[in-house]
Amino acid sequence: MNIFDMTIHELHGALKGKQLSSLEATTALLKRIESVEPQIGSFITVTAEQALAAARSADQRIARGEGTPLTGIPLALKDIFLTEGVRTTCGSRILSNFIPPYSAASWEKLRDQGAVLLGKLNQDEFAMGSSNESSAYGITRNPWDTSRIPGGSSGGSAAAVAAGQAIATLGTDTGGSIRQPASHCGCVGLKPTYGRVSRYGVIAYASSLDQVGPLTRDVADCALMLEAVAGYDPKDSTSVDTPVPDYSAALTGGVKGLRIGLPKEYFIDGLDPDVQKAMTAAIDTFRRLGAEFVDISLPHTDYAVATYYLIATAEASSNLARYDGVRFGHRAQADNLLDMYTKSRSEGFGTEVKRRIMLGTYALSSGYYDAYYVKAQKVRTLIMNDFISAFTGVDVMLTPVAPTPAFKIGEKINDPLQMYLSDIFTIPVNLAGTCAMSLPAGFSAEGLPIGLQLIGKPFGEETILRAGYAFEQATEWHTRKATL
Amino acid sequence: MKYQPVIGLEVHVQLLTDTKIFCGCSTTFGSEPNSQTCPVCLGLPGALPVLNGTVVEYAIKAGLSTNCTITPRSIFARKNYFYPDLPKGYQISQFEDPICQNGWLDITLAGQEPKRIGITRIHMEEDAGKLVHGDSGMGDGSGVDLNRACTPLLEVVSEPDLRSSDEAVAYLKQLHQIVTWLGICDGNMEEGSFRCDANVSVMPVGSKTLGTRAEIKNVNSFKFVKQAIEYEILRQIDLIEDGGTVVQETRLFDPNSGKTRSMRSKEEAHDYRYFPDPDLVPLVISDQWVERSRSELPELPGQRQQRFMTDLGLLPYDAEVLTASRALSDYFEAGVAVHDNAKAVANWVMGEITRALNDSGTSIDACPVPPERLAELLKLIDNGTISGKIAKTVFDEMWKSGKAPLTIVEEQGLVQVSDSGAIEGIIDEILAANAGQVEEYRSGKEKVFGFFVGQVMKASKGKANPALVNELLVSRLKG
Repeated sequence: MNIFDMTIHELHGALKGKQLSSLEATTALLKRIESVEPQIGSFITVTAEQALAAARSADQRIARGEGTPLTGIPLALKDIFLTEGVRTTCGSRILSNFIPPYSAASWEKLRDQGAVLLGKLNQDEFAMGSSNESSAYGITRNPWDTSRIPGGSSGGSAAAVAAGQAIATLGTDTGGSIRQPASHCGCVGLKPTYGRVSRYGVIAYASSLDQVGPLTRDVADCALMLEAVAGYDPKDSTSVDTPVPDYSAALTGGVKGLRIGLPKEYFIDGLDPDVQKAMTAAIDTFRRLGAEFVDISLPHTDYAVATYYLIATAEASSNLARYDGVRFGHRAQADNLLDMYTKSRSEGFGTEVKRRIMLGTYALSSGYYDAYYVKAQKVRTLIMNDFISAFTGVDVMLTPVAPTPAFKIGEKINDPLQMYLSDIFTIPVNLAGTCAMSLPAGFSAEGLPIGLQLIGKPFGEETILRAGYAFEQATEWHTRKATL
Repeated sequence: MKYQPVIGLEVHVQLLTDTKIFCGCSTTFGSEPNSQTCPVCLGLPGALPVLNGTVVEYAIKAGLSTNCTITPRSIFARKNYFYPDLPKGYQISQFEDPICQNGWLDITLAGQEPKRIGITRIHMEEDAGKLVHGDSGMGDGSGVDLNRACTPLLEVVSEPDLRSSDEAVAYLKQLHQIVTWLGICDGNMEEGSFRCDANVSVMPVGSKTLGTRAEIKNVNSFKFVKQAIEYEILRQIDLIEDGGTVVQETRLFDPNSGKTRSMRSKEEAHDYRYFPDPDLVPLVISDQWVERSRSELPELPGQRQQRFMTDLGLLPYDAEVLTASRALSDYFEAGVAVHDNAKAVANWVMGEITRALNDSGTSIDACPVPPERLAELLKLIDNGTISGKIAKTVFDEMWKSGKAPLTIVEEQGLVQVSDSGAIEGIIDEILAANAGQVEEYRSGKEKVFGFFVGQVMKASKGKANPALVNELLVSRLKG
C-alpha cells in the first residue's frame, strides 16, 4: 500500500509500531503533492520545510512514548484556518499578503497533538461557492475526473484527501461546503452541530452557519479528527459547553433497530438516476443491517435555499467589511479614503464575493430589512422546527448529499442560481444547526463518486458516526481510489 | 411668536473596567499606539468577541440607579459603516432590546418644582479607535491607534423632555453624579469619559407637533452644553422667523466660536444596517441577578441627601453640597461617626476643608486630614479645650504636619484658659491701660465692647475662653 493512501489509524499503527517514521510519511506525502499537484491544484501554499521539521519533532515525541493518534500524521487545512506565520488567503486576492499573527483554535488542537501541517488548501473565495472555481488561486480539479469540479467550498480539502495529497484535512461547512465536495470526491466529510467546534481563528463567512469539520478516508478517521477538534472554547461565545464524547468508541454497535427517516422532499423527480440508484442501494444495505425506515416530511425544505441566501449573504456583507485595505491585506493606491476603500475592495474581491456582499447589503438595508432578513429568520425557525418535530420519530435521516455527481468545470460558473441549487440538500442542515455526514455510497455510470448524507440530531454525532461506520463495514465504496 | 425648545440628550459614558468590552486587553490610556491590542480589538480575520461580565454589571447598576427596567433578554447588534478607526467595519452595539429601558430622573431647578425626565434606553457598546494625523511621527500621512477600540461605553438616551438649556445641564449633572457615584465612570469630560450629543428643536408655544431637530455633536463640558443648546435654539428661531425651515442634520459645536455648523445632512446620513450580531449569544439576565445587583447598589446621592436632612438635621443646601460626590459625602459621614455634631462637621467640611483642598488643588480622597482627625478637632472645640479661633490654627498645623489635634494643642500650649481668676487679671490690666475707652463705654458707647474683647484675646494669645471673657467683661464694665 502507498503511504500517501493510508488512513490516520493505519498510519498511526505504523508509526507506533516503528514500521514507519513521520518523516518518511511526510516526505512521501510531499512527493505525492509535487507529482499530482499540476493535475489537481488542491494547494494554495505548501509548507514543506515546516512540515519536515514538525515530522522530526513528532518522531521524537513518538520515540519518547508520548504519541497520540494524531502525532506525526501529515494533514492539511483549508486556507480559511488562520495559521500563525503561514500565509492565509481564504482563496481571495484581498488576503494575498496576509500572514496571521495567531492560529485557529481547531488547528492549535491538532498541532498540540503533534499533527504535521503539509500546507493550506484551495477553496472557493471566502467559502462562497460549490465548485472551487471562485478561488483567486486557480481551480481545483476532481481527482476522479480532472475535467470536473471537486465541489466546494472545501474543494481543495476533499481533492487532497482523494488524490493522496494529505491523510486527512479540515474544512468548513456553511451550506454544504464539507459534505458536497466530500461526496464529489468520494471521501467522508462531517459537519458537526453548530457550537461543537470553535470558530475562533476561522475566517468568517456566515457566522451563524459556519462550522469546522473533518474530511477523511473513512468513518473511523472522521471520528478521530472530530474528537480532536471538538469542545468548548471560551474564545467563541457560540461554542457549546458540553462534554466531547469518545467518538471512536461510539463507532461499533451497528444499526439494528435504528430508525432512519427518509424526508420525501429530498427524493425529488429531478434527482440524477445514478444518485437515486445509489440511495436505493444504500437503503437496502441499512435495512439488511437491521435498520428501520420511516417516511417523514420536512415541509419547509423548498424555502431553505432562499432563506440561506438571505441570512448567509447578510452576515457575509458585514463580516467582510473588515477587508478595507486599512490594516492588512490588499490596499490599492488612491488619492483619498473613499477611493482607497472602493479600489481595494474592487480589486481584492472576486465576482461571486461581490455578488453576495451586494445581496446581503440589500437584505439588511433600511426599508428591506423586515421583508428579507427578518422574514428569512422566521423561515429559519420554521425549518429548525421541521427537524425538531421529525426527529421525535427517527434517530437519523438519510438523504442524498447533492442532486448530481460532480459537474464539469465551467458548467455552472455563469449561472449562479444553478450553482446555488447544488447545495439544496445540505443547506437545511446548516439552517437547523444540526450535524450531518457525507460518506461514499456508490459511483455513477461515468465512475464518479456519489455520497450519502446521514443527518443527526443536535449533538448526535455519535449516532451518525455509528450508522456510517456500519454502512462502511458493509460496503467497499470507501476503499476505491482515484487513479492519477 | 413665542417658541418652545425641545431637547433630548444622548450621553456616552465610558466605563471604568480594567479590560475592554469584548477582549482581555487593558483599557489603560496614554500607552504606545496599538500596544493595548489583540486580534479581537484589531478586527483581525477569525477573531471573535466575548462579552466582559463587568460591563453588564455596570450597565445594570446604571439602569437601576436611573429607574430603568432591565431587559431579561437583550441583544447585541452590529452597526455597519466604514471608517479607518472602526477595525471590523461595524461597531458592536445594541439596537432592538437594549439592556435598560424606560427609566427616569427627577431634576430640580432653583425655586422650581422637581421635573421628571424620561430615559428611553441605556445600551452597551464598544468605542472606536482614534486617528492620528500629521505631526505625530506620521509625516504627511495619518495613522490609526486602536488602543481605545473596544473600550466599553454605555449610551444613555433621554426622552425629548427637556425644555431649556438649564434643564439639560441639570439632567446631565445629575446623570454625571450618578455614574461617578456608582464608580462606573471617572466622569472626566475633557478626556471624553462622559460626552454628550444634544438633539434640539423648537416649536411654537402651545404647538403639539415637534419641530425638525438637529443633532449637535462634540459638546464636552456642562458649559458647552448650555452654550451649544442656547445657540442652536436661537439659530433655529431666527431661521424660522426669516421664513426658512430647519433641516434634519448633524451639526458640530465649535467651542471657540460658541456656534454650531452643519456636519452632514439627513441625505448623507448612513444606513447602518443594524442586525443581531451572530457572534454573540442573547444576554439573558434573570430576576435574581437584577435583585442581587439592586441589593448591592450603594445609597444614591438623592437618597443620601434626604437622609442628611431628616436624620442629621442638615439644611437642604448643605445636604446638596455634601452629596456632590460620593467621596465628599463619605468623608462627612466618617467625621459624624466620630463626633456626633453633624452641623459642626458639615460647616468644617464645607468651609475649612473645601477651602484647603481648593487652595492646594487636592482631591478629597487625598485629603491630608482624615475625617476622624477633623472630628477630634471639633470635639476639642465642643468640650471647651480650645476655642474655634485656635481650632483654625490647629487645623492649619494638622494639614501641614499630619499630627493629631490634641498633640498640636499640647505641644503649642494652646489649651483654652477658662480660669476666671486669670482672665479677670488680664481684664483688669486692659481696663487700667485704656481708661479713655472705659469712659466711652460707660457713657453709652457700647460699640467699644468689641475692642476690649479683642484686647483681652490678644493678651491671652487667643487662649482665653471667649464666652467667659464676654461674661467677665460685662460684669467688670457695668460694675
